[in-house]
Amino acid sequence: MKKQQTGQSMDRVDGRLKVTGGAKYFADHHLPDMLYAALVCSPITSGTISSINATKALKAPGVQDVVSHLNAPPVPGYKNAEAGAKDGLKIFKDNRIYSNGQPVAVVVANTLERAVYAASLVEVQYNQETHHTDMNASMNKAFQNNRMKDYLRGEADAWKKAPVTVDATYTIPLEVHNPMELGGIIAHWDTPDTLVLYAKTQGVKNVQDTMKKLFQLPEQNITVHSEFVGGGFGMALRVWPMEVATILAAKKIRKPVKLMLTREQMFTLVGYRPNATQQLSLGATADGKLTGITHEAVAITSPYEDFTEGIVAMSKFMYACTNVNTRYQLVPLNMSTPVWMRGPGEATGAFALESAIDELADKLHMDPLQLRVLNHADTDPERNLPFSSKYLKEAYLLGAEKIGWANRNAVPRSLQENGMLVGYGMSSGTFGAYRGKATVSATLKSDGSLVLQSAASDIGPGTATAMVQIAADVTGIQASKIKFMLGESRYPFAPQQGGSSTVSTVGSAVTDACQALLQKLASLGISGPDFKGAEQEVTVTATSQAGKERDQYSMYSFSVHFTKVHVHPATGVVRIQHIVSVADAGTIVNTKTARSQMIGGVVGGIGMALTEEAILDHRFGRFVNNNYADYHVPVNADTPPTDVYFINKKDPYINPMGAKGMGEIALIGFAAAVSNAVYNATGKRVRDLPITPDKVLDNKGNQPWKVENKMTT
Amino acid sequence: MPQENDQQNYPQKKEKHEARRDFLKQSSAMMALALTPPLVMKAAQHDEAIAGIFEKMPLSLEINGKKVQLSVEPRVTLLDLLREQLQLTGTKKGCDHGQCGACTVHVNGQRINSCLTLAVMQEGKKITTIEGIANGDQLHPVQEAFIKHDGFQCGYCTPGQIMSAVACIREGHAGSPTEIREFMSGNICRCGAYDNIVNAIMDVKQGGTAV
Ligand code: FES
Ligand code: FES
Repeated sequence: MKKQQTGQSMDRVDGRLKVTGGAKYFADHHLPDMLYAALVCSPITSGTISSINATKALKAPGVQDVVSHLNAPPVPGYKNAEAGAKDGLKIFKDNRIYSNGQPVAVVVANTLERAVYAASLVEVQYNQETHHTDMNASMNKAFQNNRMKDYLRGEADAWKKAPVTVDATYTIPLEVHNPMELGGIIAHWDTPDTLVLYAKTQGVKNVQDTMKKLFQLPEQNITVHSEFVGGGFGMALRVWPMEVATILAAKKIRKPVKLMLTREQMFTLVGYRPNATQQLSLGATADGKLTGITHEAVAITSPYEDFTEGIVAMSKFMYACTNVNTRYQLVPLNMSTPVWMRGPGEATGAFALESAIDELADKLHMDPLQLRVLNHADTDPERNLPFSSKYLKEAYLLGAEKIGWANRNAVPRSLQENGMLVGYGMSSGTFGAYRGKATVSATLKSDGSLVLQSAASDIGPGTATAMVQIAADVTGIQASKIKFMLGESRYPFAPQQGGSSTVSTVGSAVTDACQALLQKLASLGISGPDFKGAEQEVTVTATSQAGKERDQYSMYSFSVHFTKVHVHPATGVVRIQHIVSVADAGTIVNTKTARSQMIGGVVGGIGMALTEEAILDHRFGRFVNNNYADYHVPVNADTPPTDVYFINKKDPYINPMGAKGMGEIALIGFAAAVSNAVYNATGKRVRDLPITPDKVLDNKGNQPWKVENKMTT
Repeated sequence: MPQENDQQNYPQKKEKHEARRDFLKQSSAMMALALTPPLVMKAAQHDEAIAGIFEKMPLSLEINGKKVQLSVEPRVTLLDLLREQLQLTGTKKGCDHGQCGACTVHVNGQRINSCLTLAVMQEGKKITTIEGIANGDQLHPVQEAFIKHDGFQCGYCTPGQIMSAVACIREGHAGSPTEIREFMSGNICRCGAYDNIVNAIMDVKQGGTAV
């Protein structure tokens, strides 16, 4: 019997390309006659363009054209929009400026330097109008659309009647995905109606589909290449206006054009996690049974699109509680549109919910772990369905043991090490475990090797590696003889890499395609283990999707995060000393890459908890820290050793592998585990991320270093 | 919170344009200009297209063991020269401002941010990029260790991390995980592979293979 591949820690199949510089990301492609684009972006935040003078730029060496709303080729798809419909920024359609940094013109030249210089020569005049970028000052504009209806189970605001309550406001700042790879695109119109793109995307089929609609072309006229993507975290889940601008420039000039954004432009052109304010209220009996949860959230969006995410989702089903009501509203500002960022919505909501649970435990004089176990939802209280699998209690206990939870003292400021205040904190996270529809083609070559193709994407988790392992187990073919190819729009359909669903969705299609292939081979009299003897290639294609099990079970992944922090008593600086994260994500296909995904989510969580905040100067509507030096993503020295554990128990219903998603839960809840540990260390409750030293030391609202343990009655 | 706009007028961007022409007039590096008939010289001050012709400088470098003779504009960074003109695209751009380390290469054995140096400043120097550290098909021990310890996810920061890691070991800054974390903090990994990167470097260091 061959060794089972699933569950092994196989090295990445694309590892060698990645360590030798051989992996080609979009900007690494060079097409003959390729030109370079540089953007001219709006310095105003609301208003109109009154004139664009490109004379000097056009005279500069090597400049081919300056493309703007004045001369861009028409986009047939723009016409379909209903008047006033909030369906996105139609770049170069008219002279309206909605947000700071909006592209106004694309300058195209034969070298990068010439394009960048010529962009500085374009003279643009604007009519400025009053802008609004401050959510707190625009709360009167809060609205709901029909995707964000109020939720009520049982009695509204039942927490108010409870003997023990928490009622607090939690805020998170605007965060930016900031993958290491800069955004951009290479666009080439092969003929006036065939478009070739080298894109940074989490979904080649999605890009193809968007182009199909915008340019009203048949699918086969649009080719999207995106084999390697240098991180996305959500920002590459859609096509952005700057990409359309480049495509329009390429159309006008009839040569390939490459645009690579600057790091500054990554803050204004490719989305962000919206800042949000949340009111989280909990009510419980004196012995800790939750009797009411109320969660109200307000987050920002752009003037031209309503961006919604699951901010209040977790509060509806995480704990067994009869009375729950939620409300979610948006405030439109002169900003570009937000987009899902790792743990979209849930990461924001979990910070509030899991901090409030800790506050409640404190008021109850109860261990927060015990409080969570006491209110554990054995079935989904929102949908009234059993969970397909849930090992959250096991995860709590495992994490507690590994971090040394027994060493925690519930009274803040009671532990010290080397002159530092010591605190322990915990939290939980959850995210829907999805399974979409995908198609995979499987080809057995005459040498017995197997080639699988699907238009999936990989932004880093190791999709191809996991797919090879899954295929090896189904077919019995050696992993080294299997190749999984992705990132090409001409491959069979696969959805975007988002919502932690790739292994579930594409892995199921790999399973089905491999099984279909085995059947076909058997009918041809070809059998394993080496499958030799086929005269020529044998190909089958299979499409796979979820069945009615999704109506019978609630499917979620769960995570538990434990942290031990040191807080400097004089400076308020927080250093995380030790992290334990436990994932209940079903079967783990590859323990090595799964661990990497978990520690990666934790690093993102450290940023969210301690350092990340994009700061706007509302007078101008501009970011003031739009670079890596001032927007602090965690560096190596900011990250402590992280221990990752997997429950690794198969989910019996979700898909043939039993694998649930993991990318999101790696981060969801983490920030609360840090803020709860900071409270345990100092007695200071920081409800406003990130937890910077000024907030730890600040004595507004809370008495610093004073223990909050008053029972509300 | 202040909500009124500052209704300032944004200045036109003329100044830079003129500054550049002045530079052309004055720069002693522009030897070509000095030898050019006055008529062309005059034209160059008024027409950017003509000015462009005179802007290249000769440059000789040794890149991954190969000597190359080039002609580049003085404003081209080493990073853009490698990526856009020599098609050595293993070296990545993450910020262009010396803030992320994605563009790390070795110049005469020292790790530097190639986005933060002009190509013409490297005259006669030896440049090593990620494409140049393996020995043919035989990966460098640090490359091997990155695969073994999964020191990456998306792989975009990886060339920079590996070039930095090799230098970190050679500098004698890989004595402990804490020291490695400190001396590798110029290389951001947004995928958060830091733990694995540290393990990979420790593994090579403890293995004792010469890097
Ligand atoms: S690209 Fe050079 S340091 Fe970021
Ligand atoms: S591996 Fe993606 S940024 Fe480091």
